[in-house]
Amino acid sequence: MQPGDSNPSRRKVLAGAIGIVVLPLTGHQAHATPENMAEAMGEALGAGAAPKSGRVKLVLPELAENGNSVPLRISVESPMTAADHVDTIYVFSERNPVSNVVRFHLGPRSGRAQVMTSIRLAGTQHITVVARMSDGSLWSSAANVVVTQAACIDDT
Amino acid sequence: MPATRIVLPARARKGEVVEIKTIITHPMETGYRRDHVGLAIARDIITRFTCTYAGEEVFRMDLFTGVAANPFVGFTTLATETGEVVFEWTDQHGTVTREQRRLVVV
Amino acid sequence: MARRGRRAALGAAGASLMLLAALPAAGQTATEPGIAAGDRKSGRDFLAPETRAQQDDLSINPGMLWVEQGEKLWREAAGAGAKACASCHGDPSALKGVAARYPAYDARLQRLLNLEGRIQNCRLEHQRAAPLPYESQALLALTALVAHQSRGLPLNVATKGPARPFLAAGRAMFFTQQGQLSISCAQCHDDNWGKRLRAERISQGQPNGFPTYRLEWQTTGSLHRRLRACFQGVRAEPFAAGSPELVALELYLAARARGLPIETPAVRR
Ligand code: HEC
Ligand code: HEC
Repeated sequence: MQPGDSNPSRRKVLAGAIGIVVLPLTGHQAHATPENMAEAMGEALGAGAAPKSGRVKLVLPELAENGNSVPLRISVESPMTAADHVDTIYVFSERNPVSNVVRFHLGPRSGRAQVMTSIRLAGTQHITVVARMSDGSLWSSAANVVVTQAACIDDT
Repeated sequence: MPATRIVLPARARKGEVVEIKTIITHPMETGYRRDHVGLAIARDIITRFTCTYAGEEVFRMDLFTGVAANPFVGFTTLATETGEVVFEWTDQHGTVTREQRRLVVV
Repeated sequence: MARRGRRAALGAAGASLMLLAALPAAGQTATEPGIAAGDRKSGRDFLAPETRAQQDDLSINPGMLWVEQGEKLWREAAGAGAKACASCHGDPSALKGVAARYPAYDARLQRLLNLEGRIQNCRLEHQRAAPLPYESQALLALTALVAHQSRGLPLNVATKGPARPFLAAGRAMFFTQQGQLSISCAQCHDDNWGKRLRAERISQGQPNGFPTYRLEWQTTGSLHRRLRACFQGVRAEPFAAGSPELVALELYLAARARGLPIETPAVRR
């Protein structure tokens, strides 16, 4: 027996129900702006620093299912020798309440310039990654992530 | 005490690049959320993670509120000698969670 | 949660909801209610590739933190008996296959027990220790540990004999319209699975990954926590976690999922 099947308007009802549980992730959060990010970059990298584009590869999903946890993988072209290696990798957000997301400190003993983690994204945005090399040069790359709204917010 | 999980090989060849992955239970509370009665939930995050291998720091990570809850990190290190690999997570209050594994290098 | 945000959300959701309403319901023509065995799909099939990878690769699956914690608790003596789970059961792998059979009827206790209930009973009766609250980190960890031993094995609960009335009760609940919005579980998970609601896809509501690490929760939770959320979604007063009602519903869900592999700890959105 399926009580539901005898109800002609059940799909409309269903639609209404889902409306109740949908809530944008962004509706209740503080946001930063791209200007805040520029400021944070200036502080971290030195005023007027202008990273060159290249050598940094970042892998982020084009579409993130949930902004609470988005996998991030970064690799940098570098021989990782004592003379020539990646020193620091910076990750910046243009929209999160805090522009500095995470920083990694590497060295010749890393073997490879390759890291991964999971980050939070308060909405669709560009993520910028900058690598500081042992010679002081800065390289960067950016990627855009579409963050779908947290679908089913519940109070449990 | 937070639970941790560490994945690294027990042994490696000298000169090999070893992959290490760690994860720790921690809410990484941003300080931007509110509880059921509308009160702000205080920020509570891990701010630093370090990996020391045979007495020398080989990797460090600075964490901010943008790192997901139950922080996960994957990184690499060059197998140089048999020794202890020590992992330390430090939270904003200075509390340290420490774990240790032995890496045998042949 | 900001009231303003919720209202805005309702408005915004409206347009895409109409789209959903316009779509024909799947599986409506079937004479036997539910999802045909060949169409059964785990919640994993409805995830983005990154989330799937997070579940599959145990070195990055955050739910493994609970499994690992469970292993510690497994070896810790507790209660008046000063016995650990390990004292009686040996290695956790000795319980391989057990999770696939739960919920199961216990003739001696004359009760339907899910895995949590079984572990609780061991604590009370065999360890003579204080009960662990449902949804406590310790009970989640032990449940995740036991269920993880059966990862990959197909769900296969007993539904005949003494289990039958429980199955019937669970099934009735699944098809009963609930809450102020008067919607049944079946209307979402039998009739509208696979439908997109913006980026959200409704799955079949299968129980084969629990305890599950949910990105929205930012932690690991039980099946009953998830079920309570679904009740709240239709504005129904949810039954308590661990209540006989939810254990019966769990039995129906497990029977309905027969053959799906256990994925504990699953990762969900
Ligand atoms: C003193 C011995 C003892 C201890 C300690 C004990 N158990 Fe048990 N366990 C049993 C017995 C006996 C059974 C069979 C059912 C019954 O008679 O309760 C059982 C059954 C089970 C089952 C179901 C097995 C099946 O095939 O259906 C699970 C799961 C389980 N125990 C988990 C645990 C966990 C987890 C712990 C620690 C928190 C634990 N047990 C501690 C004796 C013990
Ligand atoms: C308004 C639609 C709706 C109703 C009614 C509903 N659910 Fe759900 N349910 C969802 C959504 C949305 C999710 C989260 C996404 C997904 O897995 O489908 C979900 C998730 C689940 C899951 C987790 C699936 C997994 O793979 O982790 C289970 C189990 C479940 N529901 C069972 C039920 C049961 C049992 C009922 C009836 C008490 C019910 N649901 C009622 C919409 C609904």
